[in-house]
Amino acid sequence: MVTFTLNGEERRFDGDPETPLLWVIRDFEKLTGTKYGCGVAQCGACTVHLDGMTRRSCVTPISMVEGSEVVTIEGIQGAEAEAVQKAWVAIDVPQCGYCQSGQIMSAVALLQTTPKPTDADIDGAMAGNICRCATYQRIRQAIHDAADTMEG
Amino acid sequence: MTIHQFAPSRRAFLAGAGLVIGVALAPRVFAATSSLNGVPADAQGQQYPFQAFVRIAPDDTVTVLAKHIEMGQGPYTGLATIVAEELDADWSQMRAAAAPADDDVYKNLAFGIQGTGGSTSIANSYEQLRKAGATARAMLVAAAAEEWGVPAAEITVSAGRISHAASGKTSGFGALAAKAATMTPPAEPVLKDPRDFVLIGKDRPKLDTVAKSTGKAIFTLDIHADDMLIATVAHPDRFGATVASVDDTAAKAVPGVVDVKVVPQGVAVYADNTFAALKGRAALKIDWDLSKAEQRSSEKIAEDYRSLFAKDGFKAADKGDVEAAFKGDGVTRIEADMLFPFLAHAPMEPLDAVLVRREDGSIDSYNGAQFPGQDKQAISEVLGVDQSQIRINMQLAGGSFGRRAQFGSPYMREAAEVFKASGMARPVKHMWTREDDIRGGFYRPLYVHRIRGAIDKAGEIVAWDHVIAGQSIMKKLELDESSVEGASDMPYAIPNLRVFGYNTEVGVPALWWRSVGHTHTGFAVETFLDELLQKAGKDAVEGRIALLKDQNRHLGVLKKVAEMADWGGPVPEGRQRGVAVHKSFNTYVAEIAEVSVDELGAPKVHKVWCAVDCGVALNPNVIKAQLEGGVGYGLGAILFDQVELGEGGKIIQSNFHDYRSLRINEMPHVEVAIIPSTEAPTGVGEPGVPPIGPAVANAWRQLTGAPVRRLPLVNIAVS
Amino acid sequence: MNKSNVLFAVPAALLLAGSLLLAPSLSGAADTSPTGPQEAAKEGGPVEGLKPVSAFDSIADEKQRSIAIFEETGKVLQHPRCVNCHPAGDRPLQTMAMTLHQPPVFRGPADFGLTGMTCNTCHGPANAEVVAQAEGLQSIPGDPNWHLAPIEMAWQGKTLGEICVQIKDVNRNGGKTLEEIVHHMGQDHLVGWGWNPGKGREKVPGTQEEFGKLYEAWAATGAHCPGE
Repeated sequence: MVTFTLNGEERRFDGDPETPLLWVIRDFEKLTGTKYGCGVAQCGACTVHLDGMTRRSCVTPISMVEGSEVVTIEGIQGAEAEAVQKAWVAIDVPQCGYCQSGQIMSAVALLQTTPKPTDADIDGAMAGNICRCATYQRIRQAIHDAADTMEG
Repeated sequence: MTIHQFAPSRRAFLAGAGLVIGVALAPRVFAATSSLNGVPADAQGQQYPFQAFVRIAPDDTVTVLAKHIEMGQGPYTGLATIVAEELDADWSQMRAAAAPADDDVYKNLAFGIQGTGGSTSIANSYEQLRKAGATARAMLVAAAAEEWGVPAAEITVSAGRISHAASGKTSGFGALAAKAATMTPPAEPVLKDPRDFVLIGKDRPKLDTVAKSTGKAIFTLDIHADDMLIATVAHPDRFGATVASVDDTAAKAVPGVVDVKVVPQGVAVYADNTFAALKGRAALKIDWDLSKAEQRSSEKIAEDYRSLFAKDGFKAADKGDVEAAFKGDGVTRIEADMLFPFLAHAPMEPLDAVLVRREDGSIDSYNGAQFPGQDKQAISEVLGVDQSQIRINMQLAGGSFGRRAQFGSPYMREAAEVFKASGMARPVKHMWTREDDIRGGFYRPLYVHRIRGAIDKAGEIVAWDHVIAGQSIMKKLELDESSVEGASDMPYAIPNLRVFGYNTEVGVPALWWRSVGHTHTGFAVETFLDELLQKAGKDAVEGRIALLKDQNRHLGVLKKVAEMADWGGPVPEGRQRGVAVHKSFNTYVAEIAEVSVDELGAPKVHKVWCAVDCGVALNPNVIKAQLEGGVGYGLGAILFDQVELGEGGKIIQSNFHDYRSLRINEMPHVEVAIIPSTEAPTGVGEPGVPPIGPAVANAWRQLTGAPVRRLPLVNIAVS
Repeated sequence: MNKSNVLFAVPAALLLAGSLLLAPSLSGAADTSPTGPQEAAKEGGPVEGLKPVSAFDSIADEKQRSIAIFEETGKVLQHPRCVNCHPAGDRPLQTMAMTLHQPPVFRGPADFGLTGMTCNTCHGPANAEVVAQAEGLQSIPGDPNWHLAPIEMAWQGKTLGEICVQIKDVNRNGGKTLEEIVHHMGQDHLVGWGWNPGKGREKVPGTQEEFGKLYEAWAATGAHCPGE
């Protein structure tokens, strides 16, 4: 039995302890904003926040999550999340949209520790998130825009 | 335990964002306002139909039924914009939802069947949906006239309000919708003068952007049905291999695995959750029969293709006298062999489908369908259920790039076979892993080109002789235009031009890939032309302008991009620029790429300028997004990507670690300009792709002196 | 399979005669050659072991014996499994071909990656098996202390003699005494990962215990370095 917090609520999982967090979130918790894209930590579509840091849920056995706090796209809150999502909508970042939950989770984590990121900071934080539609230019712009609105 | 023995149970459902298939089914409807709107599926019940494309609800919302799938290129928004314009609706009341599968009512006017592809969504719908909007408007006006007892000609409509100035009467659409739906539609609705457009031509975020920025957008993989099984299929690692024998003991012992069945495509594992299905699949022991498999390596296939050039191919172009021109006095000749690898589409959402059998025996399919009618037919054939008993519930697709547009729907056949083998007692979600996707075939085919060019003493390009060998995507026994498009119809005034195509047989399934033949012909023509111009001592832009003569739309984008980039002006040290111009899907695009050699000796693309002429610019925001994305998608492919068959035909690449995607740190800054135009709108999903490869390769040749003869660029090696 | 004392300098990428030669670094991160499912199963048979300390008893000269013992440990030190995280640059390497890490990650201020892409974004406290995905990527390595060696501890591109001097230099070894070095080599959990690298990865030779014993003997014989 693994006990953890998901978007602020305590959850228990008594299935296969090797089950990746991704499938616990999607199949058992029915939260589908977190996506499967590669299963091997190459694409970032499955990014969640684990104890406040970005984590690829596809390579995270649920046994590793014992006692931890998990936040998914459905549960992100706070000034950074709000600013990022507003900026995303304002310049119409998504195309197919499938990778965008992961992109947003990475972007929010970046702004939480680096309120005024440079292009290099953005490359560093976001290079693990693949977007096959290549919306990267707008992702970069939206992160800068979000930082600007938070500054205020 | 088999599926039949498995007692269906109503498992507790935990509230979440997923679309849950239960009693009622809802299509996803995207609102112009900020949130995802759960308008019920059954439009007849609460909404009033205005012919096939427009539904108006009592609350004033207008839903456009999109005959095209939304996979990122923005057709939901574009189609809604066209209707809203002629309907004089307010943008905030507009919604879009997937139309049902119907190859007659919802056919793509460019294809003859319902389908999305070839950058046609807006182009083929423009007149049709303008008329649909104007028709609905006329019916609303007629209803108002009757209701108010005033002449229809005195009624105006603006921003969603119907008004009669003299009587002061005014109404929203919803209040009149029921009556309007019964009015006789006009035979020929009057369309607006484009100069009066209010919505068309303005930047507008897409209808689904909010849902896609909050994790609420639902894709096929997100669908849950009560008692649903997850199925994965073990596929062979060689094309054409079949199952000889399977030991499923260990697989069936995995907790959560419900059953294992052999299907024509491989071995299906059914489980209660995804991880069990994956774990079960990994535990299978399968012997594959390779007797019918393609066992040649990519290198051998390319070699076999080249040997075809000794024979006659299919004539695609033959102008002037090429042979004589090559024998001309003092001509300089250049030759090039080029190799283009197999390419996987690799959409972010791997292929997937949910199939459900209803109590009445009818079938619901939930999938991202570029050709829904084909999908319906495939399911019907596999399951032996009449097409009238099958509903295709078109879902948002997490990218596609051509992958979900297949004649005969081989993927849906696999999903249906898996469903059928399960006994169909429980809903089945069939999903591919990334490996299934990269190794799943239906690639941009491998092509080999051989080109000869001749420059006369005066420095004019006098002859171009071009042969292209590769699979016919359309499986034709004659010339396949899609293998030579972009080369045989090149816009340059070269007096002697010959292009021949060769169809090849290879056991690797082929498919169109974002921009189809232009993916390789655009590269071949634009890089080889660039070399010829350089050889002739001509500037890459000026030389092209001279050869484009009266090709005004090519000239328009080329001159514009040169102006944007200040072509001929100073370039930062260590960088070079390359240019390319190419028309595809009746859209004209020119790009200039600024490139350097990075610390690893690989190309680094810093900046791309892009000019596009796609006729009337319906939504400049979406057009620019598609060009930015087209550049990024094409750039990743030419830099990194190939699916290779190794020894014995074994597929080498398998996931994003060895089939690389462009990443944010590799994305150049893309500046897009749209040429103002009153021509009918043409597509923008694909045309941004073809010019980026040659633009980068041309810059690379300037940097290194080495022409690019083989893709991807990382493969260029010292011979 | 003899390894040269000089490690390959960075993933080779040379511009030669106007053409480009690239290591497979840009094309992928598979730990194995793309065709081989597992390194250990590749040609060459079982992984080479480490000689026991007693194998060096025949060397009469203590200094020479010390050097020979250190050279034996070089089989481990210069193994890609170790050097990949002691790179000369700001990006870790991966695979037996020592290609640049994909996805791209960088050293960062604490040798733990950059904000948003720290090591623990993917690497957990233990190796995590990847089920039913790419055969070239069967597990994600992990350790409670997973991080990059500081730049002053870079081994990539250095000779074994240079590495030896570096290991003894308190300014470049994290301020460790010789005794602490010996303990680190024989006991440290992250060092021990080399012998437990997760499914689909070739181990470093021998065992950590044997490795530690060699360091004890090296220290006891004066801790001499090759080339001294």
